[in-house]
Amino acid sequence: MNTKVISLVSIGAHPSSGRTRRAEQDARAVELGLQLAGDNLQVLHAGDPREPALRAYLGMGLEQLDVLEQPSGADALGVLGDYLRDAGAQLVLTGSQAETGEGSGMLPFLLAERLGWPLVVGLAEVESIHNGVAQVLQALPRGQRRRLKVRLPLLATVDNAAPKPRQSAFGPARRGVLAARQVQIVEDELFTSAELQPAKPRPKRLKVIKAKSGADRMKAATAKASGGGGQVLKDVSSQAGAEAILKLLVEEGVLR
Amino acid sequence: MSDIIRRDPRAEWIARNRLHPLHAAMQQGQQHSWMGPNGVIRKNPHGVGFIGPNGIKRIDRSGAQQGTSNKRSAAAVVELPLHQVLQPAFYIAVVPDMVGGRLGSHDRDLLGLAHSLAGSDGAVLAVVFGEHKENNFSTAGVDRLLIIEGDEFDGYAPEQLVQGLRAVDNQFNPRHWLLPDSRTGGGELGRRFAAAINERPATRVWQVKDGQCSGRAGAGQQDLIRGLPRLILAAAECAEPVSETRHEALPEQLSTSVARSLPRIEDLGPVAVDPAAIAMAEAEFIVSGGNGVKDWELFHRATVALGATEGASRVAVDDGFMPRNRQVGATGTWVTARVYVAVGISGAIQHLQGIGACDKVVAINMDPGCDMIKRADLSVIGDSAAILQALIEAVENYRNDAKRDAA
Repeated sequence: MNTKVISLVSIGAHPSSGRTRRAEQDARAVELGLQLAGDNLQVLHAGDPREPALRAYLGMGLEQLDVLEQPSGADALGVLGDYLRDAGAQLVLTGSQAETGEGSGMLPFLLAERLGWPLVVGLAEVESIHNGVAQVLQALPRGQRRRLKVRLPLLATVDNAAPKPRQSAFGPARRGVLAARQVQIVEDELFTSAELQPAKPRPKRLKVIKAKSGADRMKAATAKASGGGGQVLKDVSSQAGAEAILKLLVEEGVLR
Repeated sequence: MSDIIRRDPRAEWIARNRLHPLHAAMQQGQQHSWMGPNGVIRKNPHGVGFIGPNGIKRIDRSGAQQGTSNKRSAAAVVELPLHQVLQPAFYIAVVPDMVGGRLGSHDRDLLGLAHSLAGSDGAVLAVVFGEHKENNFSTAGVDRLLIIEGDEFDGYAPEQLVQGLRAVDNQFNPRHWLLPDSRTGGGELGRRFAAAINERPATRVWQVKDGQCSGRAGAGQQDLIRGLPRLILAAAECAEPVSETRHEALPEQLSTSVARSLPRIEDLGPVAVDPAAIAMAEAEFIVSGGNGVKDWELFHRATVALGATEGASRVAVDDGFMPRNRQVGATGTWVTARVYVAVGISGAIQHLQGIGACDKVVAINMDPGCDMIKRADLSVIGDSAAILQALIEAVENYRNDAKRDAA
């Protein structure tokens, strides 16, 4: 395949210890890119090239990882947009949202808007690429899939439905090259007005009983949790029972 | 008001006492005396009394019949106060997900948040694309309802939906846009719209308080606190749903037609997915087998015929009939299926915990007194093997009929 594929990666954070690592969804984007383009995959990061967690991506079998050098807190949107426009990429893969910083998941949407490319959310599989048209499978909630036909160049985000990332090997991670290049630095103005705090546990929703009279409150407090609402078919033939079950399944729309 | 019959001795006494000034008011049924056209009091002596159990007319002068039951039947229907916004000073626009054409709990939470942001001057504008099945917009807190219809919004057309929202934005210029930050559409649509109108949204917002909003940031380890932006993507349970007021849900119209965007993404429709490959926790339709299943070969054939993901109770797993990763319940997987069919599972509390989030539960069991029957929406009492066999045949007939209709 001669389609140029670029995967965008970021620095992740371990969910419990908070240590830096390769980001889960970005690693899936790299894995998908490796399956599509093999050695021709280009992986791009905007940030600090001295970050050791970046080597975990190199350990997936990459020879080189391009880094647009930026301090933390800089806006990656502009430099990534300019780079991608000049790089001539046909397919750009990213994770859905970052594991550090704001993590709003807006970057792929803003990049697609800036580049004027179509965006596919939740890419699970690329089925074929012919004559500049890609046929892809999009992941939907509840494990469902939808087939889409999109014209290249294309930007796609992957989530947990994409193939599992391969393990990162130590040797290739040491040997790989982090190729940094200098870019213009644009400050992100978000943190002038907003602040990051350690996450507060969310309040559990209470079951508030809004009864006007004491009798109603008593009834609500002593009511049995559930039961008695269901329909019970007793002493029916197995055919009649099966028909009733089938009717419910058809009504609920789970029978395909 | 309760249905318990209570005696009112005073009312009975008034009904008995024909000289009491309120006596006439305590008489049930039709009027017995009235003022005639010439100013003379007319009486209908036949109207007094009632027909007793033996078909004989009885007149009860004790008052027990008349004094009690005449005002007992009025069931109190609580009418919530109507929240009216005649001239909205501003709009709060909400785009609910409408999964299955109805407002979900996430949508209702969002409307509750919109209602609190709108206060008494603003109006909550709900924007709904295509057809819907919801008829409770008024109690969910919708002041104005805008339904945008057209075949260009059918299927997966996110870029066209953004065009629709742009048209709404131009006409109503809402103070805030609220969308659910969900995987079922709202999160994607909101971000696309934010990129299109160049607004920086607050995402995964779980609390809005005093003009500040808190949203989860990063991988959920941190909160981002900031001033309230124009576009808010709110998480589930971001606010309490509206419960104390009724709203008008007045229909609104778009004054201009929605610009057509050239579709760059073509929707080729859903793809058949192998149900066994779907993770148990997110499968939509699960058929589970337990101790009551004797013929496991038949059970597997039934799940294939139904196209369902297989599950099992702990007994079936311990006995080696099903793999451990198929176990449903407290020590297995907590499932969220919309439809859960339990075959031969009596319903231990650990199993019922595991299916707590399921919408519809169908039980096939021999024992009519077991706990699963109490939980189930539909239960069929009988031999599971016979019912599964009948179910396989019924599904095959149904599929064949559908094929014949299509041909």
